[in-house]
Amino acid sequence: MKPITLKLKREPTVTLEAEVICPDGFAEMSHEQIAASVVYHGKRQVRLDEFFDIEGERSEHLVLHGSLQRVRHLGRGMSCGSMTIHGDVGMHLGALMKGGQIEVFGNVSDWIGAEMSAGEIHVHGSAGQQVGAAYRGSLAGMRGGLIVIDGSAGIEVGMRMRKGTIIIGGPAKDFAGLQMKGGTIILRDGAEIRTGAWMHRGTIISLKPLALMPTFAESGQYNPTFVSVFSRLLRRHGFELPNDPAKGVYQRYAGDRSVPGKGEILIWKGHPEG
Amino acid sequence: MLRIIGGTVYDPANGINGEVKDLYVADGRFVSKTEEGQTIDATGMVIFPGGVDVHTHVAGGSINFARAMTPEDHRRTQAFIRTKTRRSGLGGMAPTTFATGYLYAGMGWTTVNEAAVPVLSARHTHEELRDIPILDKSSLVLMANNEIILDLLEDGEDERAKHILAWHIWAAKSYGVKAVNPGGVASWKWGKDAKHLSSKIEGYDHITPGVIINKLAKMVDSLGIPHPLHLHCNNLGAPGNVETTLETMRHLEGSRAHFAHLQYHAYGGDDWGTMKSEAAQLAEYFNAHPNMTTDAGAVLFGDTVTITADGPWQHLLYKLTGRKWGNLDVENETGCGIVPYTYRPSNLVNAVQWAVGLELLLLINDPWRVFLSTDHPNGACFWRYPEIIQLLMCADFRNDCMAKLPPEIKNRITLPEINREYTLYEIATITSAGPAKALGLPHKGNLGIGKDADFVIYHHDKDIARMFGHPRYVFKGGEIVIDDGEIREAPQGREYLIKPSYDPNTDDFLKPLFEDRYCMSFENYPVEMERIEHAQIQNCDATDATN
Repeated sequence: MKPITLKLKREPTVTLEAEVICPDGFAEMSHEQIAASVVYHGKRQVRLDEFFDIEGERSEHLVLHGSLQRVRHLGRGMSCGSMTIHGDVGMHLGALMKGGQIEVFGNVSDWIGAEMSAGEIHVHGSAGQQVGAAYRGSLAGMRGGLIVIDGSAGIEVGMRMRKGTIIIGGPAKDFAGLQMKGGTIILRDGAEIRTGAWMHRGTIISLKPLALMPTFAESGQYNPTFVSVFSRLLRRHGFELPNDPAKGVYQRYAGDRSVPGKGEILIWKGHPEG
Repeated sequence: MLRIIGGTVYDPANGINGEVKDLYVADGRFVSKTEEGQTIDATGMVIFPGGVDVHTHVAGGSINFARAMTPEDHRRTQAFIRTKTRRSGLGGMAPTTFATGYLYAGMGWTTVNEAAVPVLSARHTHEELRDIPILDKSSLVLMANNEIILDLLEDGEDERAKHILAWHIWAAKSYGVKAVNPGGVASWKWGKDAKHLSSKIEGYDHITPGVIINKLAKMVDSLGIPHPLHLHCNNLGAPGNVETTLETMRHLEGSRAHFAHLQYHAYGGDDWGTMKSEAAQLAEYFNAHPNMTTDAGAVLFGDTVTITADGPWQHLLYKLTGRKWGNLDVENETGCGIVPYTYRPSNLVNAVQWAVGLELLLLINDPWRVFLSTDHPNGACFWRYPEIIQLLMCADFRNDCMAKLPPEIKNRITLPEINREYTLYEIATITSAGPAKALGLPHKGNLGIGKDADFVIYHHDKDIARMFGHPRYVFKGGEIVIDDGEIREAPQGREYLIKPSYDPNTDDFLKPLFEDRYCMSFENYPVEMERIEHAQIQNCDATDATN
């Protein structure tokens, strides 16, 4: 299927609310219908083709080009197809998504994959705050699916997430896994302070040492079998989790006991060389 | 000028049950004949008087607190985009002011009664009521936990208390008196509750909830207030509370009373594990005592947010659910609690509540005394009324819904044994003519000559929920406001008030008490008349109401 290509032709002066840019809708739309889709430039309703050069029609595969930092809600609630984005993207990318794939060659802003229930988001750059989080007031964040960030991430990664997996390649800021209810967060380059605060359940795996809160208790060292199984699934994203007993071990911490929670934080401790 | 020809008319106030009849409108009222103006052919369609909601929470401090507490709902809910005739807003669990007007009118409701207003936030409430377009509105002032009134009752100064009550009604620019958990909310300020009619009220020695209820009901009657005491009983929501409710009803024999959201007061059992419906017992007593009216406070499954002046109950609900909790203390007057809640069919307690609301509507046999309500937004949002109408009109649909409940429900409810199906005439009674009569608004819910031309035209539809959810036309004051789902006009509605008479020296008595206890100055306390748009003062007839 030939993809629909959207090239940003002028940068919005204020945010452009563009939840219409979504494979579900475009799959059924003619070129003219796509061009006439309504987006909100601030509070003004404008046609999509005022901001984008559009090629193609009736496809659930979308390719976007341009500096989209002010374009919000791309792929909101999408359930199928794919979006490939070359450039930086604004807030709420893939929020509430139910399926399909998003790949970004650039950086993304806050709230990406917020409250998503299925599908995959892969960001080759860095992400802003609240990756896969719950919106303010909501009971649960991400409920399924996978988010991979190759670079760093801001605060509150996976806040209140219930299921699914988030992998952060670079360092994450404060409150990763805040009030987590389930699911898995993998921190390949560690995180700043208060990781796992208020977590009820779920797993945070860090490959770098973490400054943990005193409400997490040491609860043994081991090489969990599930890490090996999980690692095999992650291979297609280009990395693996270490779990060779000859090379190191995971230190397990249970918490957050102030809630009191039944979550776990696993921190990889490599044996000294030689 | 308007002529509606060929429609099948249901007008219970005039005993008209499905007759084909032409209606004529001039200057916002029904007239006997007019030759001028637009003609609308309603052949084959159903005409109802505009809906009247006797108990809802649409404006003021508590619903606004609920809006602020549920940002998650605003993201997923229906958005109203501004157009030439329409302001922007959001629907959902606690709709914004303008959206409230559009949503109510959109399903054919034209008059609503905001059921709980503390005097201290009355100004805010009226500001919001003014921003609810299309609908005519009234509001009830919260009086059963007011410190000044309770102090007077404690000292046996009943006559003075009556004047103070009347003064407060006028200060709040209100239409009647609401009592919520009498004495219980006052006790809540000490972390206590008053669950029974003989319970001690913290800080008082002589009065009990029973005394407060009795005296308030008598004061309301002797002041000739059109709507009787609007009562939210003690011990709401708790298993076994039917005893308290029956005791309250017995206490009120000889007085008029409106029992709000009776569903929440009709439970048997000893605890959450054994909770069951006692709707049949309650309905039997109710049927035999014509001094009372009630609204159902029915529950539908789904997300909502519960708001009530019953602070202690909301604290308990928060403890049960572990969800968000808001608590307001309204100085010397009342309190308020907010807890978002999800009613689930798989939850036995919720399933019993769902059944109890329907049982009461089906077992109370006089549709002039039981009205449709969900205690919006407590049991469900008001825009889900068409779903309840479908449950009342279709026994088969009801049985299908019951089949989805947990099997343990069997011995806890009587709904499966009830075959009654509401007729259109009865629906028009419980949604319009009945509540209008109970509110003392004789020009509402009535298609007779000279009455307000608020009415709805529905398509006949086998799908009852669709029929009542999508009226063909809605008229307010003889003007088309909804045309096939589109908002055509959004005129300002009226606000109904009463001015009961009170001793002119009341100000002098209150002022020093007030300055001793309140955070604001006495002069700023009463709501000014200029705040009320299109105010309409209804008469209080002290001789009429005591019959």
